[in-house]
Amino acid sequence: MATAATATPSTPKERDWTKPSAMAIPKEGFFTPKQGRYGPIYPQTPACHGFTIIAKIKPGREDAIRAYGKTIEKAIADLPDALATLKLHYLRWVLFDIGKDTYFMYQGIFDTDFDKYTEDAVALFTKYGVNTVFENLDGFPEDWKTNVPAFVKFVREHQCPSFLEYGEYPYVSADEIKKALKLKAAFADMLDLMQ
Amino acid sequence: MSVLQQSHRISQDLTKRTDQPASLDFDDIQHFLMSRPPARAARYEFLSFRSGVGGRAWLTGLIDKVGTAGAVGSSLLDARWVTVGFTWNGLQTLGVAEASLANFPEEFRQGMAARAGVLGTTGANHPDHWVGGLASPNLHAIVVLFARDVAERERCRGEHERYVAHCGGVEVLSSLDLEAIPPFDYAHEHFGYRDRLSQPVIEGTGMEPTPGSGPPIKPGEFFLGYPDEEGPAAALPQPEILSRNGSYVAYLRMQEHVGAFRDFLRAHGETPEQQELIAAKLMGRWRSGAPLVLAPDKDDPKLGADSQRSNDFNYAKMDPHGYGCPLGAHIRRMNPRDTAANMNRRKMIRRGGTYGPPLPEGVPDDGIERGIAAFVGCASLVRQFEFAMNVWTNDPNFHELGNERDPIFGTQDGTFDMTIPKRPIRKKIIGLPAFTTIRGGAYFFLPGIKALRYLGSLSDGV
Repeated sequence: MATAATATPSTPKERDWTKPSAMAIPKEGFFTPKQGRYGPIYPQTPACHGFTIIAKIKPGREDAIRAYGKTIEKAIADLPDALATLKLHYLRWVLFDIGKDTYFMYQGIFDTDFDKYTEDAVALFTKYGVNTVFENLDGFPEDWKTNVPAFVKFVREHQCPSFLEYGEYPYVSADEIKKALKLKAAFADMLDLMQ
Repeated sequence: MSVLQQSHRISQDLTKRTDQPASLDFDDIQHFLMSRPPARAARYEFLSFRSGVGGRAWLTGLIDKVGTAGAVGSSLLDARWVTVGFTWNGLQTLGVAEASLANFPEEFRQGMAARAGVLGTTGANHPDHWVGGLASPNLHAIVVLFARDVAERERCRGEHERYVAHCGGVEVLSSLDLEAIPPFDYAHEHFGYRDRLSQPVIEGTGMEPTPGSGPPIKPGEFFLGYPDEEGPAAALPQPEILSRNGSYVAYLRMQEHVGAFRDFLRAHGETPEQQELIAAKLMGRWRSGAPLVLAPDKDDPKLGADSQRSNDFNYAKMDPHGYGCPLGAHIRRMNPRDTAANMNRRKMIRRGGTYGPPLPEGVPDDGIERGIAAFVGCASLVRQFEFAMNVWTNDPNFHELGNERDPIFGTQDGTFDMTIPKRPIRKKIIGLPAFTTIRGGAYFFLPGIKALRYLGSLSDGV
């Protein structure tokens, strides 16, 4: 069990982005159970919030899942803020084999704890047809659109918590990064205008 | 004050539906969430059943007094409106079968007190400090009486007291009397904010949303068994006769610390005008009801009183940085309008009123408890009410604010701040005091009339 000193700093002042930080996480994925709306919630780490869902795909569905990468690519090209609700930094989708089976890994790094925006995520998945990916996974609840608890249960059962997370600029949100870059650009413009 | 300010605005309609508008069963649905009777007084009684048979006898004798949505307003002689609801423990005690009890939603089964961690009701707001037996597993039912005036309330109080004594199987754990506070020409709470400014309009009721409020909301967001904003009616707890036309309500008794609130305004504003501005920044509206987005610099009481204009605004386009209405202001949290996703699935209907005597201006706090005792009605406590508490009210990082909670309604202990965006440099209030304390709460199921009869007909050991 990790000591309390390594748990998520409770105030923004303690989250020093100038100081790279690593966090070792207990096997269950959290330090002390904290109740969220749909069960225990996972802590924010120096690498923000996130999950890694690993699930076996139904036989013969690999191509359908791969093809869906293109669909997401186009959706974002057409509507860049399509996934804004999820407060994402990164998504990584990976397919890999273990023996004769193929597995899908959905890794997302984001700024909110998943429990808070679960229904919003389900609504987005419906809107952009991410279901076509999930429905290719073994054991995914067929009534997931109307049965949020069943959806959450699937995610939790297939979530593999990290045991180490590292942040070069810990606890910084995507919004703060974008604001900093905008500020930099604005300063550059200002300096140009002063020439 | 709007305990949970809601409007009927549609921000993003994620799933278009083609279903026909559902026909609402007005004669079966309790009036409570459907219409707001013209009541100036109310009484809530929190009950415990000594036995199933005692509870059923009490209920059976009361059913004909429960107001239906169809009956409200049908007679000018209406003077009192009765509503009945049950906790999960209450349904169990009445004799609902275990298999049926098990398919009610998890959060309702646990009850509000057990969900304190989710709701953020910690510290002084924790159920350990609640009054009136509301955190007790022995809380089984609530009977809500809205009355035209205090005299009618008192008549009904006496009548119910005699009825309970006659029934014998029911114990009144606690009760709360409510009265509107003067001046009576508009609804407001003890801090002086105009209330009831925005409520969702339910599709099928014939009500027209006010401008800026978006189209009516599907009835399944409030009543079980109807299409909701996602599509056709969701699965009902079984048996259907028990759940159809029912709703869940979250009850909250919230004490308002009027003395502390006024001290705070004086400490942060040298002139009465500055104090009014601080009060407006906390709420997002002037106390007159005028929204800061439309009246950022100066109060506009005519705007506040004009329901055709007082909700006709958004945030993303009209006030993206919060120079008018701060990002963390109460109404911007409780109804983020076009700055949150999936808004139509977070709508709630508020009912309730003020309790305790008003504190006259210029008088130090007298220590008497006063506040708001309100209900939030919805079809899913976890998706609607608990989301609003967990995210909008008490998530310190809502809107990337970092260390803030709802300045009026959130759990405050002096460690959270309030940012007021302002050019050139924002104003930040460090260590906001608590202006309110949650003194109790509970989750109730409000069954339809047929369901009440079904409950009355049960027997022990089914």
